[in-house]
Amino acid sequence: MEGQAIKFGKNMVPLADTLAPGHSFCIGCGEALALKLACKALGENVIISMATGCAEICTSPLPVTSWRVPWIHTLFENNSAVISGVEAGSKILMAKGKKPQKDIKYVAMGGDGATSDIGLQALSGALERGHDFLYLCWDNEAYMNTGIQRSSATPYGASTTTAPAGKVSIGQKTRKKNMVEIAAAHDIPYAATASIGYPFDLMNKVKKGAETKGPAYVHVFVPCPTGWRHASDMAVELGRLAVETGVFPLYEVEHGRYRMNVSPSTLKPVEEYLKPQGRFRHLPEEEIRKIQEMVNEEYERLKAKAAAFPLA
Amino acid sequence: MAEKKLKVPEDFTWRDMEVGNIITEPGNASLRKTGDWRSMRPVLDKEKCIKCGLCWLYCPDGAVKLLDDGYYEPDLFYCKGCGICARACKKGAITMIEEGEK
Repeated sequence: MEGQAIKFGKNMVPLADTLAPGHSFCIGCGEALALKLACKALGENVIISMATGCAEICTSPLPVTSWRVPWIHTLFENNSAVISGVEAGSKILMAKGKKPQKDIKYVAMGGDGATSDIGLQALSGALERGHDFLYLCWDNEAYMNTGIQRSSATPYGASTTTAPAGKVSIGQKTRKKNMVEIAAAHDIPYAATASIGYPFDLMNKVKKGAETKGPAYVHVFVPCPTGWRHASDMAVELGRLAVETGVFPLYEVEHGRYRMNVSPSTLKPVEEYLKPQGRFRHLPEEEIRKIQEMVNEEYERLKAKAAAFPLA
Repeated sequence: MAEKKLKVPEDFTWRDMEVGNIITEPGNASLRKTGDWRSMRPVLDKEKCIKCGLCWLYCPDGAVKLLDDGYYEPDLFYCKGCGICARACKKGAITMIEEGEK
């Protein structure tokens, strides 16, 4: 064994897992990989609260649990409220000397439904109050745990069970809600996007977010073979393609100032990202063109923002 | 690790539960075999392997173990057979074969 960590170039990845294997994520799940990497980045001094969702169900099927760190299961609505209470309570107990002084990281995790739909109000409140916590959103772009119902994070044109594609509909008709911008609009110290296609970038952002004093938000893009109807070995590849096509750009926002982390000189055609996925299979040529235009427009807007308000 | 007869999950009954459904051992999911979900099996060719560790990094199930000689080997107790390791391997040292083949 090479000690405690394995070296990849200049990145050190700890060998130990705080998330035990034997969990019941689907075969080839992107979220399982993101969760594994995030747990490696967070280390042991952490308290996690997790909203209902794939990650919660799959890591804690009674009578077993994958968690080796303190972990609380919450409802969709009160995830951020729970972690706010844990953070504030621990701070007071430490100040009164009733609990040993310790550098604990407070982390809330939820899926895209728990974050951008049901738990948005509590998240907004926690960000606004300025609690010292990190919120991690696992964005697989629908309610996968209950059977692929559309959420507000489902992208335009995707077929889901509640927005099915057919003769009269192309599937989801609305655009994806931009959660990172919503989080950044609270003027928080750190908001970022990450993808499992870039594991070191993901781990660095989770680490940075957890070490930031004050609220931090990291939106993690996690392909879902079951819901997106792609091959089980494609999750990492799609995580990379989403960034290379500009569908899900990687960037950081610190107090309203932007930094692009991966900015390819030319974006790949969006078709390369759509094609391996069954949820986009029905899309005709002109809809793909429309998606391409949307992606280009949003990417240009982001680039303009990053140029106008760069992060020093 | 667990001298307690953890029979997971097939022959586990409510009688085996602690009062209040408490799980007394953190991370006891590691006793659970998820390898029997597999329909495809990764096979490592040690001659092509350069010990880069990408399969270990990308495995969603934490099912790649580091051996004492520096090689990374699929842990078939947990491996669900997704094939992400085979795709991640730059050297093509991992091939997926149908479960049951030799």
